[in-house]
Amino acid sequence: MNKPEIILLGVNHKTAPVEVREKLALKEEETPPLQLFSEIPGCRETVFLSTCNRVEVIACADTPELMGHIKEFWFKRAGLDEAAVRDAFYECRGTEAVKHLFRVASSLDSMIVGEPQILGQLKDAYRAAAEAGSAGLILNRLLHRAFSVAKRVRTETRIASQAVSISYAAVELARKIFGDLKGKNALLVGAGEMAELAAQHLKANGVTGLAVANRTLQRAVDLARDLGGTAVSLEELDQELVRADIVISSTGAPGVVITADQVRSIMRPRRHRLLFFIDIAVPRDIDPEVNSIENVFLYDIDELKEVVEENRAEREKEAMKAERMVEEEVLKFVSWIDSLDIVPVIREIMARGEQIRKQELAKSSKCLNDLSKKQKKAVEALTRSIVNKLLHHPVTSIKQCRDMQNSDEFIAAACRLFNIEGAGHEEQRSGKAQDSQDGHAEQENVT
Amino acid sequence: MHDFLFQIALFIYFFAAAGFVAHVITMRKGAERIAAMALSCGFVVHTIAIALLWHALGHPPIVNMHETLSFLAWAMSGSFLIFHHYSKVKSMGAFATPLIVVVMTASSMQHDRMLPLPPALKSLWLPIHATICLLAYAVLALAFVISIMFLLQERQIKRKRLGGIFRRLPSLDALDSAAETCIKIGFPLLTLGIVTGSIWAEQAWGAYWSWDPKETWSLITWFLYAALLHQRFTVGWRGRRAAIMTIIGFLTLLFTFIGVNYLLPGAHTYATWYD
Repeated sequence: MNKPEIILLGVNHKTAPVEVREKLALKEEETPPLQLFSEIPGCRETVFLSTCNRVEVIACADTPELMGHIKEFWFKRAGLDEAAVRDAFYECRGTEAVKHLFRVASSLDSMIVGEPQILGQLKDAYRAAAEAGSAGLILNRLLHRAFSVAKRVRTETRIASQAVSISYAAVELARKIFGDLKGKNALLVGAGEMAELAAQHLKANGVTGLAVANRTLQRAVDLARDLGGTAVSLEELDQELVRADIVISSTGAPGVVITADQVRSIMRPRRHRLLFFIDIAVPRDIDPEVNSIENVFLYDIDELKEVVEENRAEREKEAMKAERMVEEEVLKFVSWIDSLDIVPVIREIMARGEQIRKQELAKSSKCLNDLSKKQKKAVEALTRSIVNKLLHHPVTSIKQCRDMQNSDEFIAAACRLFNIEGAGHEEQRSGKAQDSQDGHAEQENVT
Repeated sequence: MHDFLFQIALFIYFFAAAGFVAHVITMRKGAERIAAMALSCGFVVHTIAIALLWHALGHPPIVNMHETLSFLAWAMSGSFLIFHHYSKVKSMGAFATPLIVVVMTASSMQHDRMLPLPPALKSLWLPIHATICLLAYAVLALAFVISIMFLLQERQIKRKRLGGIFRRLPSLDALDSAAETCIKIGFPLLTLGIVTGSIWAEQAWGAYWSWDPKETWSLITWFLYAALLHQRFTVGWRGRRAAIMTIIGFLTLLFTFIGVNYLLPGAHTYATWYD
């Protein structure tokens, strides 16, 4: 009996350039790639995951040769030379494949570790496979486990909660000052590239108004047009400071552009509304004294970098915790797969029969003591034969089930009928309550 | 029976406070949900306890210090629950519920002797005046808690310490406007409390205002909150200064409520009435 084997192959942003990934995504094909792959002989179940950072096929293989078949087919369709991309390809089987998928789902394999989109993309890929009927017992279970591992990683570690770039850190801080950024106004003083990036992030997070003040007005006008804001001259700075909530300063000026007295004087006209300065210029544009003014907060580039560094260190620590969780879940899943093997199942069934036989004999041993040796032997033979006869048909059916379409379900059913809890069923026992809960939540997510 | 229920309510409040604190430390959502549920249960039990006591006494149980503090804790958990339901200020439970537990514990340590009501207090104005005042105190206590949270968070951001406290507390704006809401509700109640007290004084003693220490200090408290609101509306005071003012206002209120009874003699001596 060859056990179904989970295989996973593909490329990601670390191994292959975007040109290769694009080709492998098979976007040009008329038939969806998922269907193409599932038609390869020996391919029992398939999920096709294609995002901007990775293209992967996850399959349940009947034969070990399937990996080669898929690759051959894939390269031909993508119009790629096998020798050229062989190094970019990763191929994992069994435990390795499970682990890879769990890490992808938990965003541990992402370009930005902890980013949440990948889970949604994986769910989409699974939904497509489920609708096409190409995900069966094993991949269903595998993907559902992957989703719940990802959920566990997200809720039990702080991997996804930290800003790891300057502009993210700026947005995070702005959020902690203003809460909702909707309806807030940002002001760019100077039109540096980093300021532009930060402004984009703020806009993406809901900031409504945006003004750009620059020494050369033309640059301000250009940038304002790009970002969807208004251009103002530096002479109007005081007026603009009254309106603004978040000020990002990045001029190339040698001295201070915004003084503490200037800020003090605008606090009354702005009715003491909170004001957040982000100074990313070197040398600094804003008098550090500004931070000591009530309701005004100033962060310069070094302070933001510090926030980012702290977050990064924290994230690495959290990622290690997440890796441990993944390992744990992989072990659980692999033991479930192992339990699908028929040999231990048959052995268990036989052992169970023998055990019952012995127990029952022991119970009646008092009455049977008077029997002669010969009679005792006959009783022994009789009971054994009953057990064997009873188990004969179930056991032969299990042996033959490898030829059946849904053999996995058949074996699972057999295990339940005989109440067998083999090594592989540890997890089902311990995680039963949680399992059903997770399954429920996931069902909602995928449908 | 009412005393037994009171003890149970105290215990449940304690459990809820522990839950809210656990939520802030571990950041697990479940802890908060359980804590909020526990607090609701505690509130119901407490309500029954107060109702039973009212029935047994034949007048509202807001006369001696034990009853008054118990009622205050009840009003605080009620208003916190409403607050928690409508506008959720992250992590607020961990600050508000311990205060409720403190008030309840203080109440449980007071003498609880059921004596007939002294004639001076026999009036319909007793429940009206005392209830309104205690509700005002409860809501203003919430404003106090929120202001403390504001100062904490403001300090973290100013000093650039963006650690655990920073992550767990809500945004400055959210805290500021929550405190403002509480004061906007609490201040009119406080005003109403003083007015009803004055009317009652006229009926009981024949004068609206007699500069009894309690009255004087209530007026001082009232002026503090009035000034705060006035500054908010006219020049847009907010943030740190408003938070400090709210805290000062509440401390004055606390003195008016408890300190005056012990330190300065006057007509409002419900605390020492029977001692």
